[in-house]
Amino acid sequence: MLNKKEKLNSKIFDPDVEMVPTRNGYGEGLVLAGRKYKDVVVLSADLTDSTRSRAFADEFPERFFEMGVAEQNMATVAAGLGISGKIPFIASYAVFSPGRNYEQIRTTICYNDSNVKIAGAHAGISVGPDGATHQATEDIAIMRVIPNMRVFVPCDALETKKATLAAAKLWGPTYIRFAREETPIITTEDTPFTPGKIATFWETPLRGKKKKVAVIAAGPLVAKALHAARKLEKDKIGVGVFNCHTIKPLDERKIAEIAKKYEKIVTVEEHQIYGGLGSAVAESLAKKNPVPMEFVGLQDAFGESGKPEELLEKYGMEVQDIMQAAERLLKRG
Amino acid sequence: MDPLHEKKLKFLEIQANQIREKIIETLLEAGSGHSAGPLGMADIFTALYFHILNHDPKNPDWPDRDRLVLSNGHICPVQYVAMAYAGYFPLEELKTLRKINSRLQGHPHRGTLPGLETSSGPLGSGLSQAIGIALAAELDRKKYWTYCIGSDGEINEGNFWEAVMFAGKKKFMNLIHIIDRNNIQIDGHTEEVMPLEPLQEKFESFNWHVIDINGHNMEQFADAVAEAKAIYEQPTVIIAHTIPGKGVSFMEYDYTWHGRPPKKEEAEKALHELRTLGKRIKSEHE
Repeated sequence: MLNKKEKLNSKIFDPDVEMVPTRNGYGEGLVLAGRKYKDVVVLSADLTDSTRSRAFADEFPERFFEMGVAEQNMATVAAGLGISGKIPFIASYAVFSPGRNYEQIRTTICYNDSNVKIAGAHAGISVGPDGATHQATEDIAIMRVIPNMRVFVPCDALETKKATLAAAKLWGPTYIRFAREETPIITTEDTPFTPGKIATFWETPLRGKKKKVAVIAAGPLVAKALHAARKLEKDKIGVGVFNCHTIKPLDERKIAEIAKKYEKIVTVEEHQIYGGLGSAVAESLAKKNPVPMEFVGLQDAFGESGKPEELLEKYGMEVQDIMQAAERLLKRG
Repeated sequence: MDPLHEKKLKFLEIQANQIREKIIETLLEAGSGHSAGPLGMADIFTALYFHILNHDPKNPDWPDRDRLVLSNGHICPVQYVAMAYAGYFPLEELKTLRKINSRLQGHPHRGTLPGLETSSGPLGSGLSQAIGIALAAELDRKKYWTYCIGSDGEINEGNFWEAVMFAGKKKFMNLIHIIDRNNIQIDGHTEEVMPLEPLQEKFESFNWHVIDINGHNMEQFADAVAEAKAIYEQPTVIIAHTIPGKGVSFMEYDYTWHGRPPKKEEAEKALHELRTLGKRIKSEHE
């Protein structure tokens, strides 16, 4: 059942649940951050509307900079601003930033320890018809591997807004990942967002339960994990669903606790299974208390054009894929 | 910046020669590193640290200091030596260059050594960081100047031209880029590896003000900086023509000295030449 303490959206399982793209939360968060912190500045690489940077640009035109289609310059100019007391947010599609400008981010933002926030839009396969060139599915891996970088993967628009505000408040290089398509609102304004902490969204009372499995998810697929949990619970399986919105620094204590309690873990992400959330969880567990795992995500493959839901189904990131992964784990005994 | 009197100029020439000697000693001790670029840029760095920059070596984080961004980080020995002579840290510490636990990394690291504005080494990213710093100055209505030093070889980088385009758009009036035009890069002469000429026209077409100087003439350099500061609504690039390996006869113009340090005998020969030259400058002065 949904964890009441998290004050989640009670309509999450309704067919008419509110649907909002996570990128909208970024746009709202930017404006709020701009009002709260005078040093917040925003840079855009010719994708101002699409990355939802427009509202900030309209309200704070003197703090908004159009960089043109030049992601390397955007990252490095931001690095200079960040070491000069500013809090720059740079936004583009994640394939271009942090994709194309990876080395600039490594050297001039992370090695310099410059206070830059990188917003990666259109991440994941659900970008849809644009095809694989525009579907960033390696960005979590390349961001979490760099020293000094923090990585947020919020689950819905409200959490993206909170993550954006948190990024402005917390000192240091930060990557925030969000998506193009409308996805369910899972949380409410009252749902706590604590950077670096895994949140428990769903828990079956485990008394006497022989079959149990934990699902650790990040991003909009958390909604699919909750749907899978509800169905699994009906099949008398004890399930926990955990929202890992901060991939780095990873909440290793909570992961160890989850492993101890559930003994089997499915990770769910709209990202390559190599290097993302699943890898981070596995690395953490392998050190002390490894448990059997299944990895729902892109299985070392590029996406293609299609409708978002068609792609998630074809590439195995749907509710039934999460359920099947859980069942495979349970069969392993 | 005060006018450059003859007496000050002589002091600078002696200082530049001393910096060249120390570069040779430092590279010999390090056992790896680049020779040609640092020697070629000794005059520019001397003029900056001892005449042009508004800075305080005892207070390297002073908010109103002029910013000096080194883009082609591999020539950092000249910056380290100039900084040591300027009083940022003891000369003795130069012996730690490229060694474990040193503040003098093989390529500069911001945060490790006070006075370094950025980390550099990967080419083509210095100018855009300098632009970010200049932009912050505009936003905060600060009066400091941002200087960027880069190489000619790094102009091959796409990031560089993105920065040139953006600076032209923003018409910065607090930004000066200095190019070490020594015509060499690792694989050979710049015009063979990837032709850059006509360089001046390229910058002009991107709405930059261009000044061409002899990079070993500190008076010309100081005049160029003064001119750049007077230019309205345009960033300035100073193309400083330099001789790679300047001051050491067997290194001059030879691109094979780009990325290697002198061996012991070579260093001795180089130091002999530089000391002879130093004596001559001093005697001319007396």
